[in-house]
Amino acid sequence: MDKTAAVSLHDITKRFGSTVANDHVSMEIRKGEILSLLGENGSGKTTLMNMLSGIYFPDEGEIRIGGEPVTIRSPHDAFACGIGMIHQHFKLVDVFTAVENVVLGLDGPLKLDLKKAAAQIEEICARYGFKVDPWQKVYDMSVSQKQTLEIIKVLYRGARILILDEPTAVLTPQETDRLFAIIRAMRDDGKSIVIITHKLNEVLAVSDRVAILRRGAYLGCIETKDATEQILTEMMVGQKVELNIRRTEPRDLKKRLSVRGLTVVGPEGLDALEDVSFDAYGGEILGIAGISGSGQKQLLESIAGLQKVEPGSSIVYTAPEDEQERQLIGRTPLEIRELGVLLSFVPEDRLGMGLVGSMGMTGNMLLKTYGVGHQLFVKEEGAKKLAEEIMEQLAVVTPGINTPVRRLSGGNVQKVLVGREIAAKPAVLMTAYAVRGLDINTSYTIYNLLCEQKEKGTAVIYVGEDLDVLLALCDRILVLCGGRCNGILDARTATKEEIGLRMTKLQETDHE
Amino acid sequence: MSAFFGLIQSAIVYGTIIMFGALGETLTEKGGHLNLGVPGLVVMGGFAGFAAGFVYEKSTDSPSMFLLLLFSFLAALVFSALGGLIYCFLTVTLKANQNVTGLALTSFGVGVGLFGGAYLSKLYGVAGSAKAAVTGTLYTANLNSVLGWGIPGDLLLSYGFLTYLAVVLAVVMHLFLNKTRYGLNLKAIGENPATADAAGINVDKYKYLSTCIGAAICGLSGLCYVFQYGSGNWSTNNNMQALGWLAVALVIFSTWKPLNVIWGSYLFALLYWLYNYIGTIFEIKLTQIWTDILQMIPYVVTIIVLVVASVREKRESQPPSSLGLSYFREER
Repeated sequence: MDKTAAVSLHDITKRFGSTVANDHVSMEIRKGEILSLLGENGSGKTTLMNMLSGIYFPDEGEIRIGGEPVTIRSPHDAFACGIGMIHQHFKLVDVFTAVENVVLGLDGPLKLDLKKAAAQIEEICARYGFKVDPWQKVYDMSVSQKQTLEIIKVLYRGARILILDEPTAVLTPQETDRLFAIIRAMRDDGKSIVIITHKLNEVLAVSDRVAILRRGAYLGCIETKDATEQILTEMMVGQKVELNIRRTEPRDLKKRLSVRGLTVVGPEGLDALEDVSFDAYGGEILGIAGISGSGQKQLLESIAGLQKVEPGSSIVYTAPEDEQERQLIGRTPLEIRELGVLLSFVPEDRLGMGLVGSMGMTGNMLLKTYGVGHQLFVKEEGAKKLAEEIMEQLAVVTPGINTPVRRLSGGNVQKVLVGREIAAKPAVLMTAYAVRGLDINTSYTIYNLLCEQKEKGTAVIYVGEDLDVLLALCDRILVLCGGRCNGILDARTATKEEIGLRMTKLQETDHE
Repeated sequence: MSAFFGLIQSAIVYGTIIMFGALGETLTEKGGHLNLGVPGLVVMGGFAGFAAGFVYEKSTDSPSMFLLLLFSFLAALVFSALGGLIYCFLTVTLKANQNVTGLALTSFGVGVGLFGGAYLSKLYGVAGSAKAAVTGTLYTANLNSVLGWGIPGDLLLSYGFLTYLAVVLAVVMHLFLNKTRYGLNLKAIGENPATADAAGINVDKYKYLSTCIGAAICGLSGLCYVFQYGSGNWSTNNNMQALGWLAVALVIFSTWKPLNVIWGSYLFALLYWLYNYIGTIFEIKLTQIWTDILQMIPYVVTIIVLVVASVREKRESQPPSSLGLSYFREER
């Protein structure tokens, strides 16, 4: 293998507002190698690579290609430097043919010569063993064909450095194997390939070296042959951070929710959730850990009645007042509420699914209670009172209860949402990324609210991304991996490495 | 038989007006912008062309034919392109809602045109509606009056040059959209601006150009109305505006294909004029209600085409995917 650097990054820093996405990262990508870029969610992998592909511009630092400093301000500049990136969400025009997508945006004579381009595409296909019909429309293509087309697109533009952002996320195992064969063929042809991923088994299977990022910082690079899953996981998740969350022992546990064989087909036709089974008890916090997009959203939305599930799935709710069991599958959110199910949901998309941004606190409180009383006119008094209570108790900073919630800061928006959901006195409280984007103090407010709910006997489900928080806050942690339940651990005894490993690799032995 | 030929001739003259509007709107919509300001642009273009011809005719006793043509043609193009520029600034740069902006442009354009026309009449002390007669003769001049080929001449050669220009323009636009690099880039923007952006295409530049050029072409529609159809008479009725709406409907009818616009506009115009000739052709007497029903047909046909296109789910017949949506670059 040629050890000269194709691209080198020097002290690259990128900030978004007050958050540092990349902190003085220096690393190199060599000629003719497959480099894995490994890191947790939000560790800055994609941001770093987006600076090579011209989507973002670094605040500080220098990029060198073949030793020469370059300025990459747009995707166009990146092509000129021989860098091509294949994004997680394909950038293709559906009604165009493959060849039209390939030549899109290129300079050249006014008249399009698609035949010539198609011949060149076939040449590329023959060279690397792709199977793509240049005249096929994109809307007729499978996900894996679209991905191949994206690769052809960057090769056609003469890319010597290819960056693939989570290329296997949407592929079946067979398609993944085929992709890896293509990647190896390209490496043997002298191209440099970067794969952004958090799947350890794939890192070990395909790459030559592994570079690891954690919270925006570059931790180093190791040869894949020297790496093991343990070493990589430890580097990826880091040391345990002690948090000061007041966690009481769960007591008086009562089964509230019983999920069996939950299967959901995702938008790409693959299983987003596969045969997931677990119980949630009143009086404890059940954490749900997993790489983002492992099925967390589908899981919560299935319980809330927002998701179409496959036959054979079962979600049974046990009411606290009479201990009667009720099946939630096949019911709409309204029907679920009319059944007397006390379910509260703090969704990930706060201003999309949770609150109406252009309405004030009062209006948002009404969303939950407008149906009460069945009168022609909506009664505002109750909602107003509740809004005032929440504002006072949770110290929401707002000019007034009628100020549109969209104008509040992220933390205050979350307080409004959580306050409203808790005020409904739920038996099951589901939260998705409840502290995302919040400062430390507000995060603790939310943790304390959740602990309080648990002590009151609510079954709390906490979907989170920070492993330290999950370990300190929850009683049990369910780990999702690629839509499967990859074990339920005791949060008091589990380690960060254990969870990290289960998030990235399915366990053969104790998987039910 | 002569009534039938009359119908064909009326349809071709009227169809040309619709064709310009529909071609301009097709170009705009291919770039992803639904400009409902077409009626306003038509009136603006018609007024500007008329004003240029009228003022120049009044300013001199022996106007130069070349300058009359140049002034009126350019005035129509430039003035309606300016209308397009207002729309662009609001929808592309400020990301305003396209429907609202377009409707506002229609009110604005129609208002400007009607006010300007009335003002010109008053300024020059013309009783009734003003007329730029000499310019009108330029736009109605045709080969048939020279060659005298009888009925084939009447049907094919008896129209002013704008009729032929419209057909040529449609063919050119077809070639542009389907055979050139820039056409492909423009279509990509209308379908998926984020993809076009990532491919290194300057999305805003294309949107500005396609919308402003489209608006200028809409302006020719008004020019055609005033000079070719109206022989230089400034009209104050709402016909020009109605034709603008018909042009918007035609874009849907044509499933965004310029070649379909050619026959579609003649068909629309034919249906529109049917009420005037059907009585003579079939020797029946039409009541007002039948006239209204006949004039409604183009719109009904458009709805049927929309329904059929949606039911068939043929991807090529659908509107550009991001039509009507503002494009925000992904930023965190």
